Amino acid sequence: MRRFSSFRDFDWMLLTMVLLTSVISVLEIRSATLQTKFHGFGEKQIGFLLVGIALMFLISFIDYHALVDIAPWAYGIGLLSLVAVAVVGTKVMGARRWISLGGGVHFQPSEWVKLILILAIARYFWGLAGRPLTWMDIAKAFAMVGVPMLLVLKQPDLGTALTYFPVLVAGLFLGGIRPRQVAILTLAFAVLAGGAWMSGKRPKPYQMARLTSFVNPDNDPRGSGYQIRQSLIAVGSGGLWGKGTNQGTQTQGDFLPIPYTDFIFAAFCEEHGFVGGMGILLLYFLILTRLIQNAQQASDMPGAFIVMGVVAVILFQIVVNIGMVVGLLPVTGIPLPLMSYGGSSILFTFLALGIVMNIRMRRFVN
Amino acid sequence: MSTAPHPEWHLARDEKVSAAKLHAIQYLVVILLAVLAAGMWRLQILGADGYRVLADANRIRKLPVLAPRGKIFDREGRILVDNYPSVSCFLLREQAKDLQADIPLIARGLDLPVEQIQTSIRRYASSPKYEWIPLKQDITQDEQAFIEAHRNELPELETQDDQRRLYPRDGFAAHLIGYVGEVSEEDLNSSKFAFYEPGDVVGKSGVEETYDAILRGTDGSRDVIVNSHGKEVGPLGQQLAIPGHDLRLTVDLDLQRVAEQAMEGKNGALVAMDPHTGEILAMVSRPTFDPNQFAVRLTKSYWSQIVNDPNHPLMNKTIQAQYAPGSTFKIIMSLAGLEESVAQDMHVMCNGGATFYGHFFACDHHHGMVDIDHAIPWSCDTYYYTLAERLGIDTIAKYATEVGLSQKTGIDLPDEATGIMPSTAWKMKTQHDKWYAGETISVGIGQGPVTATPIQLARALSGIASGGVLKRPHVVFPDELPTDMASAIAATYPGSGDRTVPITPDNWETITDGMAQTMLPGGFDTGAAVRLEGIDFAGKTGTAQLVNHSIGGNNLLTGNARANAWFVGMAPRRNPDIVVAVLVEHGGWGATASAPLAAQVINAFVTKQRKSEGNLLQVAAPKPQQPKPVPAAPVSTGTGE
Repeated sequence: MRRFSSFRDFDWMLLTMVLLTSVISVLEIRSATLQTKFHGFGEKQIGFLLVGIALMFLISFIDYHALVDIAPWAYGIGLLSLVAVAVVGTKVMGARRWISLGGGVHFQPSEWVKLILILAIARYFWGLAGRPLTWMDIAKAFAMVGVPMLLVLKQPDLGTALTYFPVLVAGLFLGGIRPRQVAILTLAFAVLAGGAWMSGKRPKPYQMARLTSFVNPDNDPRGSGYQIRQSLIAVGSGGLWGKGTNQGTQTQGDFLPIPYTDFIFAAFCEEHGFVGGMGILLLYFLILTRLIQNAQQASDMPGAFIVMGVVAVILFQIVVNIGMVVGLLPVTGIPLPLMSYGGSSILFTFLALGIVMNIRMRRFVN
Repeated sequence: MSTAPHPEWHLARDEKVSAAKLHAIQYLVVILLAVLAAGMWRLQILGADGYRVLADANRIRKLPVLAPRGKIFDREGRILVDNYPSVSCFLLREQAKDLQADIPLIARGLDLPVEQIQTSIRRYASSPKYEWIPLKQDITQDEQAFIEAHRNELPELETQDDQRRLYPRDGFAAHLIGYVGEVSEEDLNSSKFAFYEPGDVVGKSGVEETYDAILRGTDGSRDVIVNSHGKEVGPLGQQLAIPGHDLRLTVDLDLQRVAEQAMEGKNGALVAMDPHTGEILAMVSRPTFDPNQFAVRLTKSYWSQIVNDPNHPLMNKTIQAQYAPGSTFKIIMSLAGLEESVAQDMHVMCNGGATFYGHFFACDHHHGMVDIDHAIPWSCDTYYYTLAERLGIDTIAKYATEVGLSQKTGIDLPDEATGIMPSTAWKMKTQHDKWYAGETISVGIGQGPVTATPIQLARALSGIASGGVLKRPHVVFPDELPTDMASAIAATYPGSGDRTVPITPDNWETITDGMAQTMLPGGFDTGAAVRLEGIDFAGKTGTAQLVNHSIGGNNLLTGNARANAWFVGMAPRRNPDIVVAVLVEHGGWGATASAPLAAQVINAFVTKQRKSEGNLLQVAAPKPQQPKPVPAAPVSTGTGE
């Protein structure tokens, strides 16, 4: 097993596209925070990016098989860290998501755990070695993902918890779940949900309002309805070509809420229009396609699983975030990969990409 | 989660993930991204225009800048109507967190009925949400304090400095000036108000109504850009408010004061006019109302009080009260009789009345032998009954309409009445019956179906005294108006206008001397008690019975059946400089009730005239031999030749 691979194999194409997206992100964050008190977020994002890129290079040198090996340990530590957050985490706006490490550095375990989960699921399904999935296997997979999901849900952080789900789905799908099993699962879920509804364990009215406000923003005019409304206005009024860099009236006038994270795509669309938005979609498409290509060329099953896990998470986040911005899905606090401001998201993404690079670089290794 | 055993490791490593599944995921990616693209298309291509409007609505505020209304002055530039600063309260719908829930609190704090607020909101339902809704004007200090104190709970309330109308107190010149109010729903639907918006203030009567287009300015607006917190972040543009034009009326404040005082406590009307030009010098109608009550929101109680008052305070009686003119009509009869060459040689024996067509028509006195020169000052009914019989109704009607009866004069005030001048044609048209000769008799003394307004009589009699030159009465100087406005006004208020009636100079002298004689002492002269020392005061009294004259002259009854007291006076007798018509409803004798009031006004006018001439003379010529004008000298040209 070769430990080193040639630089040629490093996926420069992928890196270019990722960097391009990152640059756009920095510029957009800067524009979105121009008029607000969040000055310097653009610069901070650059800092995160640099760290992320550095980590990406670092991790690409570690043979991913080693990571797969320690996956069980990592999983355990991950669970512990989630518990730690629940106990000693800093409470911000009613949620405990971070552990303060002093010196203004915050550590958000839920993002790391996502990465670990990808590795763990990959290892688990690889361990099943392609045999048909039994119900026991499926149950174990659910548990493996479900436990951290619940821990994160309790923080509460619905958005991040949701992003664990695609990992499970990708694993099940690639692991060979049969259509009949899928049908039974869906039915079971429907029955459970219906049962919960009947027994009165349904979402609170404000939560219901949040969920339905993407259909009718006036359901929740002050909260998520307002956010959706403003997002639609920002995106729609951008038209074909947009209003120009830093010229987005909704963004600059502080009408678009949190324009540098959740609604960064809306800010971008206001400034660069349909054309700009399609450009970003194109970039994402190319990145995802490239990733899937890497999965196809991966030398072994765990490699492929890991890459597809990454693809699933990234695709899920893209669809949920942009879907929210254009009013197709409810508001969830899920960041747009590579675009939204935020260290944790950047770090996860670049680490994940680093592992993918890793896998790609070793595809010819036997 | 067990560690895979190494042999399986090596084995499993060779297995790959199904290529088909990877392809499937690839397709999934394409489909999902396409759905997102479709979502973007829906917003940015299909809905772009709509969202642009919303984006602007978010951030643009249109703040109204109200234009002050033009002030109104008297002919010497003394202010009659002014504006005063006041504060109005507006509602900004989109700032409200929960508008419906806030309404009770707003209603309490601003002392408004809840339904009124609801109605206002409904009225603006179709306008953009960022438009302000006027809630209450002229708010008190307490209400202002309430708004300030509730800035946080009620961010939807906003105040604006404003200009409101300040009218003279106690209804001074109220009918002439008129009042303003908010344009009503029905008005907005008519073409006349095509350019008005809800909440606009318009003139509702008097000069405020006629000249509303001049007096009202054009509201401006200040467009500002705000951020999501409603804070102004930049100007967008502004349209300056164009203040309304000031208006100078023809009335003389001094004469108006005298007239208002003279008419105090009476019901009726007084109008003073300059016959040379038709300029109105004073205009009073009683009872009056307080237009300041209309300028702020009118209370229901005040409105019902004046609407239900049987003496009609809202009516401008100088131009709207139509009554039988009584003996003032005899001047017109004299004109007809002289121009038809009937009266010159007519001598009538008055024995307290005469019989015509089987009825006895009474006269107040036994005048003995009466000719035209005495008929006027004595106001002998018998003479005029006879004259009426000789002329016939249609001849009388001819002269009466020539001097403006039964038509509007064309004064530039709204709702002028026409009065009635009967004739055979008139009777056929209105009552589908023929005119009976017997009906003509009472018309001869201004009774029967004939009616006139004070302004008509003032114009008619002074026109006759001016040699037949009649002018259109007006309250604003036409050459101070833009040309198209002046002609528009003339078209809106049609009437007999300026005209000349041919009068033979001899007849003219006879009539005017007769009217002058009325005011001099001696014999049966009816106006003698009111003569003015040193002024060539001429006029005609009138005592218009409300019941059939044949009951008896001296029995005037009392209360609401009492006769209307008329007087039309002028000075000097020929080409007069001023004519004053006074009507005191149920005042009894014209000589006692109305004539003295007119005399006060004429006296004031002449005194003022002489004072100004006196000043001019003293300044111009320091020579002591220059004779100072003596109070006994007749005013202006005296004989008017």
